[in-house]
Amino acid sequence: MKTEQPLEGKILTPTFLICGLIFLISLIFMAKRFLYGLGAVTNLSDGYPWGLWIAFDVVIGTALGCGGFAMALLVYVFNKGEYHPLVRPALMTSLFGYTLAGVAVVLDVGRYWQLYNIFLPWYMNLNSVLLEVALCIGAYVVVLWVEFSPTFLTKFGADNAKASLNKIMFVFIALGILLPTMHQSSLGTVMVVAGSKLSPLWWTRLLPLLFLISCIFLGYAIVVFESSITGSRYPIHDETDLLGKVSGVMAWLIAIYLVIRFADVVIRGHLNLAFRGDLLGNMFLLENILLLIPMAVLFVPANRKNARLMFLSAISIVLAAVLFRFNTYIIGFDPGNGWHYFPAVGEIFITLGIVSIEIMAFLWFIKRLPIYRRL
Amino acid sequence: MEIKRRDFLKGLAGSAVLAMASPAMAVSSEKSRLPDALGILYDSTLCVGCQACMVSCKRANNMPIEYSGSQRQWDNPVDLSSKTLNIIKVYENGTHKTKDREIDGYAFVKRHCMHCVDPACVSACPATAMTKDAKTGIVTYNKDACIGCRYCQVACPFDIPKFEWDNPFPKIVKCQLCNHLQAKGQIPACCSACPTGASLFGPVKDLAIEAERRQNMIAGKYYEFPVSEISSTKIQVHKAQKYIPHIYGKNDGGGTQVLMLAGVPFNKLGLPMLPDRSYTAIAENIQHTLYKGMILPIVAFGGLIFLVKRTEKKKKE
Repeated sequence: MKTEQPLEGKILTPTFLICGLIFLISLIFMAKRFLYGLGAVTNLSDGYPWGLWIAFDVVIGTALGCGGFAMALLVYVFNKGEYHPLVRPALMTSLFGYTLAGVAVVLDVGRYWQLYNIFLPWYMNLNSVLLEVALCIGAYVVVLWVEFSPTFLTKFGADNAKASLNKIMFVFIALGILLPTMHQSSLGTVMVVAGSKLSPLWWTRLLPLLFLISCIFLGYAIVVFESSITGSRYPIHDETDLLGKVSGVMAWLIAIYLVIRFADVVIRGHLNLAFRGDLLGNMFLLENILLLIPMAVLFVPANRKNARLMFLSAISIVLAAVLFRFNTYIIGFDPGNGWHYFPAVGEIFITLGIVSIEIMAFLWFIKRLPIYRRL
Repeated sequence: MEIKRRDFLKGLAGSAVLAMASPAMAVSSEKSRLPDALGILYDSTLCVGCQACMVSCKRANNMPIEYSGSQRQWDNPVDLSSKTLNIIKVYENGTHKTKDREIDGYAFVKRHCMHCVDPACVSACPATAMTKDAKTGIVTYNKDACIGCRYCQVACPFDIPKFEWDNPFPKIVKCQLCNHLQAKGQIPACCSACPTGASLFGPVKDLAIEAERRQNMIAGKYYEFPVSEISSTKIQVHKAQKYIPHIYGKNDGGGTQVLMLAGVPFNKLGLPMLPDRSYTAIAENIQHTLYKGMILPIVAFGGLIFLVKRTEKKKKE
């Protein structure tokens, strides 16, 4: 069996340099945010206190980082060791998604200099859904770095350290499955308290269940998406067979999700809102059509051997899960009183800066660390 | 072994589904009214829109003046903000000729923190910066605990907590029922300033009885109304207006310590129509069911350790 190796090659590619430039621009906006306050760079308001940063950088960023969690579920809970080659690349994306979500939180919270209060027992509010999310994500970032550390240890030839770490790794692997189950579902519960401010197309007490299922199939979609892209640009082992099996799992998960999603809206008596032709109705339809089509495609066994179809399906699924989160956190949220929100240039640039750093780190990691199985 | 593992998974999935799908089975998180709760009864039909309460509030809480439009003469906020804790707004319809009438009429409404029985902000805050006094039920804010995440703003059905967007070291700002004045034996500034008794301070249980009394008044007849404070000896006689049959805050959103009466439906006055069961209770119910005593997560963790070790062992073989 082939082992993972660095892909080598030049680091300073055009993609890398463009990302670097965007990141530098975002630094200017970050400085402005800390000097003059959140109002100086964002369009946030008392009506829309959460915007692009919370919805995209944190909620969507961590959901996109669910590849590691989703693969671990398959390998360890469902005992499918054959998927192991997909774990390491997936873990890497999780590492970036979650670490940078943590960075984004520091930018977003108003009183960042006392952010550590949430770790002080006398300040913790155990009723707060957000506390659970924050502590869980914080712990998971640590778990991810520990889970990923053998890759570094291999690079630096620290075999003894690697061997002793491997002995207790099962604890971190178990935590790496437990923690995302907890906080990804809670990211749904977060919006339950918004109650009447959230459109009934998204407000349901099943939000935690929907967030959990969707983060898992999103995790698989990200694995398929990334493996396809990397596979087309770098000489790595062809994983199409494995990706086909993953795609089959995805189709079933989406089917379960859609049954719950629609049954819930129908039982609560709000399906009519979906067909009113307004923004919210169309968003609801779009979000679910983007799942229905790839589900139908991936249920056909022949399509699960077609790398291109699987890649396109994965893109559609990623878009759907991202849109579901945008809808729940921003688009379906209406505080009333005529408030409106669209992200400001500074806000968008800071998010782009964070994504750029993520891409730069990804490129450096795959070229210098043993992540993929080379040909 | 295989059967064991499957049973475990089934159990886990089963309990998760049960927990989320059947809230009736779970322990209720609903809060009930505190016996010594303090609050305000605002009667829109008595309000003349003089805004004396707004001036008084600014002075008592040391709040900055806020201008709107081109005028720079006097305080003139358009809505609640980090500079304005209390505001009088007006509803107008058609010819706006008659006070307290929905059609072709107008009406005033006073907005500030409702001091909910089961406050969403208190439940939401991860750092316990929002607290509800165990005796008076007044909801206050502690900037030393606050991390500035603004989840209180997302959670509040009344959009009350406000954030200092243009301050690099911002805080949340909200009405605290002038608890600093109460500590000196005084009553909230808006109530002491109100010339007509439209804002009436007192124990919520007395205010609720007063609100019921007004609901039963016959429109057009004259009645006595206390001014500033429910126990006040200062009494005015007014002609009762036609009240809509709804004491806002009695049950709305799980109940509030600020109660309201009006001649115009409350949704027309800009108040949200909330179910009697608070969203706070629904959210806490989900959370408590899943995380009570951390039992479910600990069981799941144990199961996961077992599964991971099993897979690792198989891999070595």
